[in-house]
Amino acid sequence: MQWIFEHLNDIGYYAVQHAWLAGLPLIIGLVISIPLGWLARRYRGLYTPVVVGTGLLYTIPSLALFILMPLIVGTQILDPLNVVIAMTIYTVALLTRTVADGLAAVPESVVASASAMGLGRVRRLFTVELPLAVPVIAAGLRVAAVSNVSIVSVAALIGVPQLGSLFTDGFNRDFLDPIIAGVIACVLLSLAFDIVIVVVTRWLTPWRTA
Amino acid sequence: MNAVLAWLTDPANWHGQDGIPVRTYQHLLYSFVALAAASVIAIPLGLWVGHTGRGRFLAVNLTGGLRAIPSLGLLFTAVMVLGPVLHGDAGIFVPTEIVLTILAVPPILAGAYAGVEEVDPAARDAARGMGMSGAEVLWQVEIPCAMPLLASGMRAATLQVVATATLAATVSLGGLGRFLIDGLGQLDYPQMAGGAVLVALLALLVDLAAATLQRVVVSPGLTRKTGRSIRFRPRRAPVRAT
Repeated sequence: MQWIFEHLNDIGYYAVQHAWLAGLPLIIGLVISIPLGWLARRYRGLYTPVVVGTGLLYTIPSLALFILMPLIVGTQILDPLNVVIAMTIYTVALLTRTVADGLAAVPESVVASASAMGLGRVRRLFTVELPLAVPVIAAGLRVAAVSNVSIVSVAALIGVPQLGSLFTDGFNRDFLDPIIAGVIACVLLSLAFDIVIVVVTRWLTPWRTA
Repeated sequence: MNAVLAWLTDPANWHGQDGIPVRTYQHLLYSFVALAAASVIAIPLGLWVGHTGRGRFLAVNLTGGLRAIPSLGLLFTAVMVLGPVLHGDAGIFVPTEIVLTILAVPPILAGAYAGVEEVDPAARDAARGMGMSGAEVLWQVEIPCAMPLLASGMRAATLQVVATATLAATVSLGGLGRFLIDGLGQLDYPQMAGGAVLVALLALLVDLAAATLQRVVVSPGLTRKTGRSIRFRPRRAPVRAT
């Protein structure tokens, strides 16, 4: 365990990189999923193709997706952008359905009242429907966050530095300490993401007391 | 792009011990062994938790908590700890299968207990009222009614395992991941990308097969294809993390 205390700086650097690679796609993915989920909810015929389509993207194993990224978007293999785009794809795959289901869970009577008050479609979406769908979307976001933190570590295999680098480093040197440190740091990081999402959700939904 | 196609269509890559068919077979073998082991552990346990309501708290938290552990770190740890204890090839194969099994248990467990828990209490009471014993209720009512969620848990586990089996190559085991890892080592992009295409295709095909199987094993009485309908609320499958 001595090793861990001597290398706290490196671990910290990797953790920050990891947080970026897992967190940024979470935000971009959410921004993309909201209109997609709204479309799937608004036009019933689109629900199945959108949900099945994003579901199919989710079946692609992460290492394969990281490696295929340069072929699809023309980046270099070592570019961290590959990881960000791939993780965004996974986030969208998870969240689109959540957004659609969250919007569907808003009571009809509330939507009707909003329309009766004279709210247009866009205002109604942003001031009534989306706020009420926050708990459902947040639940999906928590799943995506934990999943992202875990998947990003695989990117160490294609040489993108983050906490997963501790795994490859330890394995190559037949040295367990860095691997244990990496696993603990990953679990702590996903816990931190989870706490942030829960706190923001509470702040966004002050009417929920629980 | 053309180089990748050339690699995929090169007959030399379709033969021998390191050819595509053998690697695909290995990949499926690793996945199948882990799924079978996970099913043996998780299905009875999940049914028991769902049937008795005992250990529910533990099951829920175990399912959620395991998701946070990165599979690559778990795999390396298992191989480094167990490798020296076991001998020869088993030193890599056994720890890898253990890790794949650990990853497959939570979704199956969750599917099994949630499935039994979600069974309409009226159906269970009716079965009791007809004089069925506890075992009969479980086998003839609860398990069939739990099938939609149990099957979706199995499907999620399958996806997770097939995806993670790609990483077996990092600890010098076979499977389709070999092309990705060898390609990376040799800076041979066509091999890497060709392998990645194969891995993605395999995952899609296996998921398609699982989806078909899911339809077959779920009783039509639950999906409202018959006149009478039992309450069935579809729930999202648990999620993979690799």
